[in-house]
Amino acid sequence: MTSPSAGTITVLLFASYADAFGARQVSAPISAPCRVSDLVEALRTLPGGARLPAKPLVAVNRTWSGHDASIALGDEVAVIPPVAGG
Amino acid sequence: MMAPHTALVSKSIDVNTLLQRVSDDGVGAVTLFLGTVRDAHAGRAVTGIDYEAYGPMAESELQAIASEVMRAHPGLRLAVEHRVGTLVVGDVSVAIAAGHAHRAQAYDASRAVIESIKQRVPVWKREHYAEGDWNWVDPTSSHLTSVTS
Repeated sequence: MTSPSAGTITVLLFASYADAFGARQVSAPISAPCRVSDLVEALRTLPGGARLPAKPLVAVNRTWSGHDASIALGDEVAVIPPVAGG
Repeated sequence: MMAPHTALVSKSIDVNTLLQRVSDDGVGAVTLFLGTVRDAHAGRAVTGIDYEAYGPMAESELQAIASEVMRAHPGLRLAVEHRVGTLVVGDVSVAIAAGHAHRAQAYDASRAVIESIKQRVPVWKREHYAEGDWNWVDPTSSHLTSVTS
C-alpha cells in the first residue's frame, strides 16, 4: 500500500486493534524504509497506540514478518491481533 | 498433485461440495472436520460470533497451509473453507475435507490443517454474550480459549 503522504506509512488494522485506534487504517508517523520495530514504536505515539502489546504480530505484503524485518516504500503493512480462527 | 481447494467464504459452507472435491475412485478414506459455533465459552453463554479476516492474507495462508499438508501426505485430496461474517450457535465456521487412499493420512492431514489455521490464518472472533455484551477472543490470554475448536 502506498503511503498517503511523505513521512508516513499506512498501516492496516483489524479486530481489537481497529477498536483500539478507532480506525481500520492509520498513518504511522515514520518514513519507509524502516524496520518493523520502528513502525510499531511510531504507532505507539498515536491515540490508542498504548494498547498495543510489546511485540504485536506484523505482516508485510501479506507475509508474517519479524520485528527486525524491513519495510520498503509501497509495502502493504498490517498489525495483527492474536489470531483466533477455526 | 491435484491443487487443494481453499476459500474464505461469506455464506454457509456447502459441506457436500467439499466432500465431492476430495472423492475419487482411488480414495478409500474421507474425513470431514467441522468447526461450529457453540453456546458457551469460558463459562459465559454465547449467542453468536462475528468472524473478521484480513481477507487477502487469510486466503493466501489457507492455500499455503493446504499446499504444505499435501506435500507432506502424497496422494492427499484436500478442500478447506473458512467462513467470515455473523454466525449463530450451530453454524459451521470452518470445514476441512481430506481424502486419501488410507485413513491415517486423511486423519493426520485434517488435524494438521486445523492446527495450522489456528496458528497462522488472520481471522478473529467477536463473541456475543447472552447478557448483550461482546468481546474479541484472544487465544493468547487464557488456556481456556487455546483449546477451542
